Amino acid sequence: MTQSKQTKTQATRPAPKLWKFHGGVHLPDEKALSNQTGVAAAVLPKRLVIPLSQHIGAPARPCVQVGDHVFKGQMIGEPQGYVSAPVHASSSGTVVAIEPHAMPHPSGLPAPAIIIETDGQDTWAPDLPEPVADFHQLDADALRARIRLAGAVGLGGASFPTSVKLNPGKDQPIDTLVLNGVECEPYITCDDLLMRDRAADIITGARIILHLLGAERCLIGIEDNKPEAIAAMRQAVAEQQAQTQARIEVLAIPTLYPSGGEKQLIRILTGQEVPSHGIPAQIGIVCQNVGTVAAITDAVLRGHPLVERYVTVTGRGIARPGNFRVRVGTLASELIAASGGYSGELAKLIAGGPMMGVNLQSDRVPITKATNCILALTPAESPDPGPAMPCIRCGQCAQACPANLLPQQMYWHARAKDLDKVQDYNLFDCIECGCCAHVCPAHIPLVQYYRFAKNESWAREREKQASERAKQRHEAREARLERQERERKAKLRKKKEAITPKTKTVPGKSAAVGGAGQSGGSVPPTAPESAQQSTERTAAKPRTETAGSET
Amino acid sequence: MAGSLTSSPHSARPYRVDQVMLQVCLALIPGTIAMVWFFGWGVIINMALASVFALGAEALMVKARGRPALPAIRDLSALVTALLFAITVPPTLPWWLTLLGILFAIVIVKQLYGGIGYNPFNPAMAGYVFLLISYPVATTTWLPADVPALLEAKDLVHLSFVDSARLIFTGALPPELSWDAVSAATPLDDMRTRLDSNVLMAEIRQSPLWGFVGGQGWEWVALGFLLGGLYLMFIRVISWHIPVSLLASLAVLAGLFWLFDPNHFPAPWFHLFSGGAMLGAFFIATDPVSAATTKRGQLVFGALIGVVVFVIRTWGGYPDAVAFGVLLLNIAAPTIDHYTQPRVFGHGRRT
Ligand code: SF4
Ligand code: SF4
Repeated sequence: MTQSKQTKTQATRPAPKLWKFHGGVHLPDEKALSNQTGVAAAVLPKRLVIPLSQHIGAPARPCVQVGDHVFKGQMIGEPQGYVSAPVHASSSGTVVAIEPHAMPHPSGLPAPAIIIETDGQDTWAPDLPEPVADFHQLDADALRARIRLAGAVGLGGASFPTSVKLNPGKDQPIDTLVLNGVECEPYITCDDLLMRDRAADIITGARIILHLLGAERCLIGIEDNKPEAIAAMRQAVAEQQAQTQARIEVLAIPTLYPSGGEKQLIRILTGQEVPSHGIPAQIGIVCQNVGTVAAITDAVLRGHPLVERYVTVTGRGIARPGNFRVRVGTLASELIAASGGYSGELAKLIAGGPMMGVNLQSDRVPITKATNCILALTPAESPDPGPAMPCIRCGQCAQACPANLLPQQMYWHARAKDLDKVQDYNLFDCIECGCCAHVCPAHIPLVQYYRFAKNESWAREREKQASERAKQRHEAREARLERQERERKAKLRKKKEAITPKTKTVPGKSAAVGGAGQSGGSVPPTAPESAQQSTERTAAKPRTETAGSET
Repeated sequence: MAGSLTSSPHSARPYRVDQVMLQVCLALIPGTIAMVWFFGWGVIINMALASVFALGAEALMVKARGRPALPAIRDLSALVTALLFAITVPPTLPWWLTLLGILFAIVIVKQLYGGIGYNPFNPAMAGYVFLLISYPVATTTWLPADVPALLEAKDLVHLSFVDSARLIFTGALPPELSWDAVSAATPLDDMRTRLDSNVLMAEIRQSPLWGFVGGQGWEWVALGFLLGGLYLMFIRVISWHIPVSLLASLAVLAGLFWLFDPNHFPAPWFHLFSGGAMLGAFFIATDPVSAATTKRGQLVFGALIGVVVFVIRTWGGYPDAVAFGVLLLNIAAPTIDHYTQPRVFGHGRRT
């Protein structure tokens, strides 16, 4: 009922047009497994493993020591550099270790984490930022600072520091805020429940961002398989519409994977394409996940840093699938235990969704800000695709690719390790969505080939840059030696001119040349030169090599 | 607990190659039934023979190349090649010609190029064209369709299963029949010879060889393949691009000439429902391995096959041209692909 009332208020405006992107796949809907029950608060674990790198960019630097007592919300890792985010203790307790720990990361490598033994009190830090009743009182910089201090990062999976994304620069006016409530991966329902639970906070967060960016409209995309979330969000928009001049609109979009990809969603809602290798800000758009926006409201209105998030625990390998409000740093194993443990045979454990998620080797990994789902798949849900067969060039992959690439051609060239060719086929426009591999009847693990090709290309690029730097260093050194030689000669000449009437020596000259060649000679280097030398010294190896070739 | 480490996606996949191939075989059923109905048991015998030969040849070749034979056979691609070949040749083709054609298709055209996925040409059509060039008479000799009008005109009796088998394996006709009496030109062939001797279309259409829109019996066979093709399109094993562009270009060209001079050019629907047009459009030109792969490329690919078919049917030396059309465009497929790459997302509009 409320829904039809909402549609009426929205119907006063012309129905907004939705756009299409190429490709995409329809996946079996598995959301009903976990979207039936509400969100439960996860138990307070005895131990929290809080990774120092929960975002793209430089990892945070620990600012507590083993043995320190910490409060919930206390900063325990400070950002290192602009593209970085702080991390906070997600409950009160004692720091017992700062050491590498297993992570939900594709590399499977351990990464540094701060390990806290909780005291069960869950006491908030006394020195949290003051709550702000009216966010309009803060200007953009103050808001950004608060958001940064709160450790907000994109909660949709990419984990880009939010304050950086909200700072597109003066020369890039933003007119549209896009909120991503799509959640197009099957199984995952945490954003769905978040939108049902915290719609008001999300809309408030959207208004904060609109104010911060000076944008005029906010388009909220939600897939039409989440009717309750759409209704709740529309309701919240209606309630807050009076308090803003901006246009805030909730748009139900068709269910199609990967509509939740940032570029795909922007295309669907606005018809615009984010330029290749570009960012949405270039076309006047900023896109945020709904969870991130709720975290912004927490940060600004309540002064709370990002210490918990909604997580779905699901798959037929889980006894009681559902959603939890989870403290960052909780081990996945604890959530699985809280969901009744494993049931039946387990084929795979995944952090994230079945299409793009990361295969976990162990459930003893922490929930990070980026973890939206812990997925336990049975063999029936994730059957072994069997050995790859030869590509039959059927073109299904190209038909499914949302980036409109030619996955098959990229595969051939990646297999042949012809990196230039793969890049000619726009490898770097691949968003690794997995649509191509999903539809491939030969069951070729296509995405694996693209990751390989990307990694190889990056490695080669780094190598090229390194050798380029070595070359520049070498040239600089040559130039310096030449100049020194010139200066030395000039001096010598002067000296000679000064003493010419008395002596005229040849041996002295050859001795001087030898000296210069070895160490800059007796001529004291000028100040900029010494600076140059010190940079050279940082890369000792190439230097000795070039020096060696000289002698 | 420990899981296996594999790359995403982790979902169940909709299709596997063998399932795709199996669907193609299933889709051939309506057309095959029509063929058996009108042209006798020879069709089935040919299919069985060709399948045995093809699977055997495939297994031997894969073994010879040092790989396990079973997975290669299990992908069912050799079976599809065999069935398409058997449908294309006359139902009374001697067994050793079937063997020869299949060997050429599987051994030379498919396996010597590296097996499934690597053959630049459609193996079934290559095998057929090889026979057509080497044994032109045997590969173009069809018994007339088993319909009353034709049987009367030709003074024929039904060929039983045993008769058909004997014909295929020994070349011996039932005693009361003789080759001269029974062999008939196909409707396309008949039309061409008579058009060449200045008979008008209206008169040609009087021949008992002609049915409602195509040749007697042939039109039903074509309808069967059309049905199967639509099924494949419906379940998304093939996309619409190649069949539609092929049939459309054939129909448009035929239509233009027919409008211009209906006395000397058959109607477009005749073209669509004669010879191998339907089979070719849905089952042969769509062979993924040897066709163009980009969508726009497939439109070009299909349309050009349509053009070649019309040109050869109208002015060329062979009555039907689907096989030639497909093979010719197979050669061009990589080039077509190269010039029809889609605009990648975020790369600005094509100028
Ligand atoms: S879907 Fe698989 S088999 Fe088909 S063209 Fe693409 S890579 Fe080849
Ligand atoms: S993984 Fe890359 S190539 Fe494959 S469908 Fe997605 S974007 Fe296209």
